[in-house]
Amino acid sequence: MSREEEIKQGLYEHTLVGEASEVVALTQEGIDRGMDPLDILFGALIPSLQEVGRLFEIGEYFVPEMLVAARAMQGAMALLRPLLVDKGAEPIGRVVMLTVKGDVHDIGKNLCNIMLEGEGFEIVDLGVNVKPEEVVEAVQEHRPQLLGFSAFLTTTMPFFKSNLAALAEADLRDTVKVMVGGAPVTQEYADSVGADGFAPDASAAVRLAKQLMIDMGYDVSMGGGDASEGASALASAVQAVEELMVKAEHGEG
Amino acid sequence: MDTVISSARQTVVIGPDHPFVIIGERINPTGRKVLTAQMIDRNMSMVCRDARRQVEAQAHVLDVNAGVPVDGVEPEILRLAIEAVQQTVDAPISIDSSVVEALEAGLAVYEGKALVNSVTYEEERLEKVLPLVRKYGAAVVGVANDDSGISNEPQERLRIAKLIVERAADHGIPAQDVVIDPLALTVSADDNAALITLETMRLIRENLGVNMTCGASNISFGLPWRPTVNAAFLSMAIAAGLTSAITNPLEIEIRRTIYAADLLMGRDAYAGNLIQAFRSGRRTATSH
Repeated sequence: MSREEEIKQGLYEHTLVGEASEVVALTQEGIDRGMDPLDILFGALIPSLQEVGRLFEIGEYFVPEMLVAARAMQGAMALLRPLLVDKGAEPIGRVVMLTVKGDVHDIGKNLCNIMLEGEGFEIVDLGVNVKPEEVVEAVQEHRPQLLGFSAFLTTTMPFFKSNLAALAEADLRDTVKVMVGGAPVTQEYADSVGADGFAPDASAAVRLAKQLMIDMGYDVSMGGGDASEGASALASAVQAVEELMVKAEHGEG
Repeated sequence: MDTVISSARQTVVIGPDHPFVIIGERINPTGRKVLTAQMIDRNMSMVCRDARRQVEAQAHVLDVNAGVPVDGVEPEILRLAIEAVQQTVDAPISIDSSVVEALEAGLAVYEGKALVNSVTYEEERLEKVLPLVRKYGAAVVGVANDDSGISNEPQERLRIAKLIVERAADHGIPAQDVVIDPLALTVSADDNAALITLETMRLIRENLGVNMTCGASNISFGLPWRPTVNAAFLSMAIAAGLTSAITNPLEIEIRRTIYAADLLMGRDAYAGNLIQAFRSGRRTATSH
């Protein structure tokens, strides 16, 4: 096995168990050796995260294991991101993401961020408990094409409407497409508050984001066939993860 | 300090010298597809079933939440759910919503002294919810966070709890009618989440002396052995001063742990409640 292959193997295995420092070190070594950043991403990191999703789906893995794996991957992404940009892989769009005011649930939003980034979007993450006026400020400052709101509680969903009203008041509503999501959210609810789209999970969020970009007349092709294949595989894994997290949380009876 | 809440036919006392109060969490559509669909159709049959089952499982109070993902209908559905629950069981109700109109609709039809769940230390919320609590003579859950979110510092959560108690007093609501939620977040995301909550509870018990409640099931989100983790947390929390919790009484492990913790805290003379629960459990087992 060549050292490059060993690195990819190591990245896969260390991501699987969430060993962030090893993942970062191997990513750096791969970069220093001149490996293709897309190969590191789609040849090792994403398949590993996909396996994490599968293990979660069959009940072998639990939320802390998934979070620690995602964090390890984020450490690697921080190193890979500038190289992907250097390679001419321009971001296909900018997305401002947030969890609404009063809500601190961000696991789903963070999965969306990772996936959107994997698909070539630039993410501006405002974090959790974000007030409507902060949403307006972020749209003014970052001028994103897309804006994503997450709410995990029925009690915080009404802030979708507050955010949209604040945007309208600041004359910014037409400058950005708004997607919403979160465990209790439905298409009907998204429609009723006047959002531009709803995604039940992270993979759907990626498809929705691309569709909204196309609707606005942008070109969303990025990378080669490998990239989209890797991403769609990740998409199905993350979707399974999210469905199970909702089930784990609520135990329908 | 005792917090008294009641229905038309039953009174429940929350306090350090009384058995721990279980507030049943099941009547909540979040993540429950069938219940959500029924609530949207104004069909209250599962609400009534959940009410009966939780009371049979020794819930003292029932939390009722009608936060369905349809814009604008929550006040009406919460009102219908409360009417259905009070026709089905005697237990007092915790009226659970962040929509002020829904709280008001629920309070208007409630017979007795309700627990309003909840208010945070956010100006707008305080000035809308506290007058309602006062108007209907209810008690209120005060959640220890403000506009800036949830602090990881127990001292900061105590400070906010104190402000809520003071603001309630300004509205004519006495401290015994304020039940503080010190906030339990999942240990899945932060190893220290439970320790922060437990320390907050100790601080509130020592410095404010008010009753406390919390959504105890949050602690175990995303983990295996959820009932065991919840039960272990509740046992520690009861020792730290928690006097009630919004939790799932249908989980036998949680139920049994609460009886055991009450006994160990010296609140169950001659283990009377624990032994009675054991006997009624045995009867149920043999009758099946």
